[in-house]
Amino acid sequence: MTDSAPAPPPQEPAEASTLAGRLALKQRAGGIAVPIATVLLAFFMGGVVVAATQHSVHKGLIAYRDIFSGAGLNWIFHPTTNLLDISAYNLSQTLLQTSTLVLTGLAVAFAFRCGMFNIGGQGQYFMGLFVANWIGVSLVGVNSLGHILLALLLGTLAGAVWAGIAGVLKATVGAHEVISTIMLNWIAFWFGSWLFGDGGPLQNTTQPTVPISGQVVPGARLPDFWGVQGFQGVHIGVFIALAALVVFWALLNRTTLGYEVKAVGFNPDAAAYGGINVRKNLIRAMAISGAFAGLAGAIDMLGGTTNYQFGTLDIPFSQVGFLGIAVALLGRNTALGTLLGALLFGGLLFGTTHGLNSGAVIQPELAGNLTYIIEGLVVLFVGADVLILYVWNSPRRLLRRRSKPAASTAELPA
Amino acid sequence: MSTWTARLDNPLSARLRDAAITGYLGIFLGVFAAFLAIPPIEARTITWPILVGIVAMLLGVWTIARGRRRLGWGAFAAGLLGIGLGVLATYSSTDNLNQAFDATLVAQTFGLATPLMFGAMAGIFSERSGVVNIGLEGMMLMGAFWGIYGADKGGTWVVGVLVGAAAGGLIALVYAFFAIHLRSDQIVGGTGVNLLSVGITGYFFVQLYHNAPVPNGVSLLPDVNLPDMGNFLDGAIGGLSILTWAGFALVIVTYLVIFKTPIGLRIRSCGEHPRAADTVGINVYAIRYSCVVLSGILVAIGGVYLSEGPQGNGTFIFNMSNGQGFIALAAMIFGNWRPAGAFGAALLFGFSSALALRLQIYSPQAGTLFRMLPYVLTLVAVAGVIGRTVAPAADGKPYVRQ
Repeated sequence: MTDSAPAPPPQEPAEASTLAGRLALKQRAGGIAVPIATVLLAFFMGGVVVAATQHSVHKGLIAYRDIFSGAGLNWIFHPTTNLLDISAYNLSQTLLQTSTLVLTGLAVAFAFRCGMFNIGGQGQYFMGLFVANWIGVSLVGVNSLGHILLALLLGTLAGAVWAGIAGVLKATVGAHEVISTIMLNWIAFWFGSWLFGDGGPLQNTTQPTVPISGQVVPGARLPDFWGVQGFQGVHIGVFIALAALVVFWALLNRTTLGYEVKAVGFNPDAAAYGGINVRKNLIRAMAISGAFAGLAGAIDMLGGTTNYQFGTLDIPFSQVGFLGIAVALLGRNTALGTLLGALLFGGLLFGTTHGLNSGAVIQPELAGNLTYIIEGLVVLFVGADVLILYVWNSPRRLLRRRSKPAASTAELPA
Repeated sequence: MSTWTARLDNPLSARLRDAAITGYLGIFLGVFAAFLAIPPIEARTITWPILVGIVAMLLGVWTIARGRRRLGWGAFAAGLLGIGLGVLATYSSTDNLNQAFDATLVAQTFGLATPLMFGAMAGIFSERSGVVNIGLEGMMLMGAFWGIYGADKGGTWVVGVLVGAAAGGLIALVYAFFAIHLRSDQIVGGTGVNLLSVGITGYFFVQLYHNAPVPNGVSLLPDVNLPDMGNFLDGAIGGLSILTWAGFALVIVTYLVIFKTPIGLRIRSCGEHPRAADTVGINVYAIRYSCVVLSGILVAIGGVYLSEGPQGNGTFIFNMSNGQGFIALAAMIFGNWRPAGAFGAALLFGFSSALALRLQIYSPQAGTLFRMLPYVLTLVAVAGVIGRTVAPAADGKPYVRQ
């Protein structure tokens, strides 16, 4: 953290000093095999839970078939643009979920590339959502395009500021960003409960007893490009998310800013020695990271994912910011990986809640919790590449052991 | 040097002449200014809070002038806050005041602080041994659900506590395996545990209880009814839950174990310098495993209190812990990884929650905003405004045996 200190001599070449450095090391070691194995393992264990609690292996398998079609992925067998078709509708909803998760995933990924763990995506998402709601509801009679742009911009800015607080604290007094972002999450949580609660500044004026915000005026809503406006069609937020992916990639790989951010992420001491202002980059990376999450919140508000309004009771059930952690970790903090991770979790999120809602396989209420179980397992496993590599290498090790029974010291790979 | 100044050079007077003392005095007076206006003192005039507050602010300015800027500003702010709160309290009616500040406020503070005490002590064990435990939240949730399940099936709250503790210990064992043996990133792993626990408890809640409230008549945690001690004490500590008393005892035991026993020395050495500990023959892995599992057991008992104690009253709801595990983590950091400090922070956070509930009398809105206080305070604490928080040196770093 000291800007002028010379880089200390490397102690152990195998152990990189920062989280990002270690992740990069493991990435070289595991490649794409690790994320895939992680997902398969998590899905398998989720299936085991279903099979065990329903006393039927068959149901465990059917559950995944239903999740698959619930996510609308069976659409590829008979493509149609008619949203009245159930698979097309499901796919459209999966796309909406995915675009939110792309952005919250990018938020986590960007901070990771600078060696920081932004666990506060949820709070930054909330702040973006609150500000977008405020602008979207309270401004009336402005140009529609200007209104949308202003709401998106200020929502993004709100997320950036919220994460920036953690960045400034880290850069100036060395407060650990994990602690400060967790605290900021809960501050945002109660701030929202206050905003939309009875008598709160953003509570709707028509029903003073319901703790929910007003609706975003039609002029400020994101236009749909697929489906009927007002019937939860696919809005242009999907393209904004895709554009954010490109911005993320270009920022990191084609700009000086990205070079500095990555250098700080790999080794802050070496970066400082090379003349990079570490403090400035920590703040900058956190702010950019929060901007992605804030944009996600603004898009969800203006795009109608929450029916253009938000209430105190919705707050505890919003988990997209935390899902972003799983998305980014699974995606190896790269743009393409984040997209794939977001697709997986977007499909899982919508697929479990809507594919299993018939109650034929498991109770519908179980389905949502299955998502959390799989999500938790993915996060748990993905942080432990050593486990996956261990499983991956075990056939070879078994062979070796059989040929040399005396040498049984081979344990976990170092 | 005359004998007169020589006498002044003893350690106590040196400490008194230090600028810090005026700073602390200022902070104390600032708090006192607010206290003047509320029961039991309840001065029904704005003069006294303002006077005392101004003295606190002057002390703050003096402290700044003497070089302790942080502390000085703290005293200044405390004085200002004291005046504000004091004046506000004076303007509200005596009835409301008496309703908001009475003996049950103390009881409620202890009650709300109970899960935090367990969580913070759990965190101290884990982190002192060098394993960051972000998963406290999830482990607490496991305790809340499996505790009530045990009490329901086993017929008595004792089984509930045991089952809840076992569930917490089990998920902590899984976490310990990932954090210690597989050397996974501990914050990622803890986040995984939190998400997983939400899923597991939610899933089994639907599966076993069909999302309906747990059947009536579940054996609840008993209260400890003390003999008559006079009005105030009866209300304050006469009917606390058995786990609240257990929490008090746990704080003392934690302090003794961590700082006064050879085991505690080993735990701390694993958290500060695991290689050195290994060199002198301490089994770092064994210490860390037992500490993390113990941590899971303790925080899960705090979780049992949530569902089985006076607040939950035998009900479980989805994601019941609702950030309490994180507040416990915050209390541990606020208390600088020390049992006494963490206990104080847990009481402070419990008090602020109790106050938030009471503020509903005045305005529900203010009560909601007040819920932010523990998080804001922790943010302020990690920012180093109130002294520097120092984590164990090897906290969060996986250890590889050579």
